[in-house]
Amino acid sequence: MAKIVVVTSGKGGVGKTTTSAAISTGLAQAGHRTAVVDFDVGLRNLDLIMGVERRVVYDFVNVINGDANLKQALIKDKRVEGLYVLPASQTRDKDALTTEGVEKVLNELAEEFDYIVCDSPAGIERGALMAAYFADEAIVVTNPEVSSVRDSDRILGILASKTRHAEQGKGSIPGRLLLTRYSPERVVKGEMLSVEDVQEILAVDLLGVIPESQAVLNASNAGTPVIMDENSDAGQAYQDAVARFLGEDREHRFLTVQKKGLFGRLFGS
Amino acid sequence: MPLNRQDARALDDPQPRHQLRTHPLEFRPMSAPAAAARPAALQFKGRMITVTVLRLLDASPEVLSRELDACLSDGSGLLAGLPTVLDLEALGEAAGGLDLAALATLLRERGVTLIGLRDSGEAIRARASAAGLAVLNVDGGRAAPRREAEAAAPMAAEPVRSLLVTQPVRSGQQVYARGGDLILTAPVSAGAEVMADGNIHVYAPLRGRAMAGVLGDTGARIFCQRLDCELVAVAGHYRLSEQISDAEREGPVQIRLEGESLLIEPM
Ligand SMILES: Nc1ncnc2c1ncn2[C@@H]1O[C@H](COP(=O)(O)OP(=O)(O)OP(=O)(O)O)[C@@H](O)[C@H]1O
Ligand SMILES: [Mg+2]
Repeated sequence: MAKIVVVTSGKGGVGKTTTSAAISTGLAQAGHRTAVVDFDVGLRNLDLIMGVERRVVYDFVNVINGDANLKQALIKDKRVEGLYVLPASQTRDKDALTTEGVEKVLNELAEEFDYIVCDSPAGIERGALMAAYFADEAIVVTNPEVSSVRDSDRILGILASKTRHAEQGKGSIPGRLLLTRYSPERVVKGEMLSVEDVQEILAVDLLGVIPESQAVLNASNAGTPVIMDENSDAGQAYQDAVARFLGEDREHRFLTVQKKGLFGRLFGS
Repeated sequence: MPLNRQDARALDDPQPRHQLRTHPLEFRPMSAPAAAARPAALQFKGRMITVTVLRLLDASPEVLSRELDACLSDGSGLLAGLPTVLDLEALGEAAGGLDLAALATLLRERGVTLIGLRDSGEAIRARASAAGLAVLNVDGGRAAPRREAEAAAPMAAEPVRSLLVTQPVRSGQQVYARGGDLILTAPVSAGAEVMADGNIHVYAPLRGRAMAGVLGDTGARIFCQRLDCELVAVAGHYRLSEQISDAEREGPVQIRLEGESLLIEPM
């Protein structure tokens, strides 16, 4: 049975798309057939981060509307076996994602794939609710600052009531916290919440902590998910998160202020 | 039961914070009396119902429908089906231009049932009767003494039940224990709201708003392991976060009403 995973946050710009790209790539690298779906209608970004923007012909909404079939719209990743991207539409029509349409596409994907990773748009409106509705599991991306934590809290509340899982009386879908753009230096200075603070407020399991890293920007400029940059701190942190996602027990890294080594000095990470 | 003597200050907390909000709408739960008793071939029963007061701060239909959609689509589903009373007082003159029928439709389309207008003067009473809406007096009034609440109890011969919540109450969510106590074993987030007709027990941090005795039970109490709240209230007597000293926040506390003052005491 395919597992549907929503990557969500409430607040915008916290790293959902970066995370969707990294996690889906990591899952495929681990041998799981994985599709990553961009739910951000009108603001598509995932194709850029995945480096497939020049190969987009059809999109999610085309498939829902029957203008194209799923095979035509899915873009096969050239680097990682078993990884496919379903790009979002550029349409301005936010209602293009109908519940029935999304369900149909996800059901069809579920026949082919082990994991379906849904990159949610920001906010708590239709697009975000659609991305979460059919999910079996959630990764809640949060930055260590008060407004992001508050929005994640709201999203966790929505996951407890507004998913198909919840509506069928099965309660909240499991949600785990991924704390991104974490800067131990700024935590020490009191400019950011610590991982303990955030965990205490949100009271959910911690999937991982991704450090603030220049490598993320470099990766998105190159159109390569940062998890493929195996030498970078963010890449390694995402690898750890994927391993934990798959049930492995790994210690959290990059939580304390590091002395910069040669690598750090060269790349400013 | 006299129509205008019931507690309605329960959650009537005209906090300055509300006025600063940019939303032209405010939703607040409140208590109001239901029908009075009279023997006949029909049976009338006196019951307390909880209504939501929707306070309009802007009269423009466009703004209202947009803000309503924003309020109602927040995913919490808090307001769906709740009987709602409109409070037009804040609109002042602008209330005259409001199309009540259109507004009722607008609300109904969004699953909010309009039952009446909050009594704020002769003009409102005339408009309500023209629109076939009830007029409810849901402000002022002392908190109903406890004995009164007990006297009403035999009519609703259901056992008093408490509500146990083991999941965190998240920002934007609201939990209400009707007719009994509320017991929470997980945190109440900032931006969340927990209410009970009886006591509230929180075996976890309380960071949001907690209101005990919302139907006017002045003997209700709030117990919590750690008080980090935005607001606490018993029978409508409230204290905001800024009115709670650091010393009062130390360790587990109980919050109770003594006369007019809300006491926060270590346990
Ligand atoms: N760990 C990180 N270190 C440094 N920059 C990061 C990190 N994670 C994300 N960013 C940067 O933050 C910005 C937003 O990231 P991203 O697009 O993934 O967020 P999003 O949550 O998908 O945004 P939106 O809500 O707009 O969809 C990007 O510029 C990205 O490069
Ligand atoms: Mg994004």
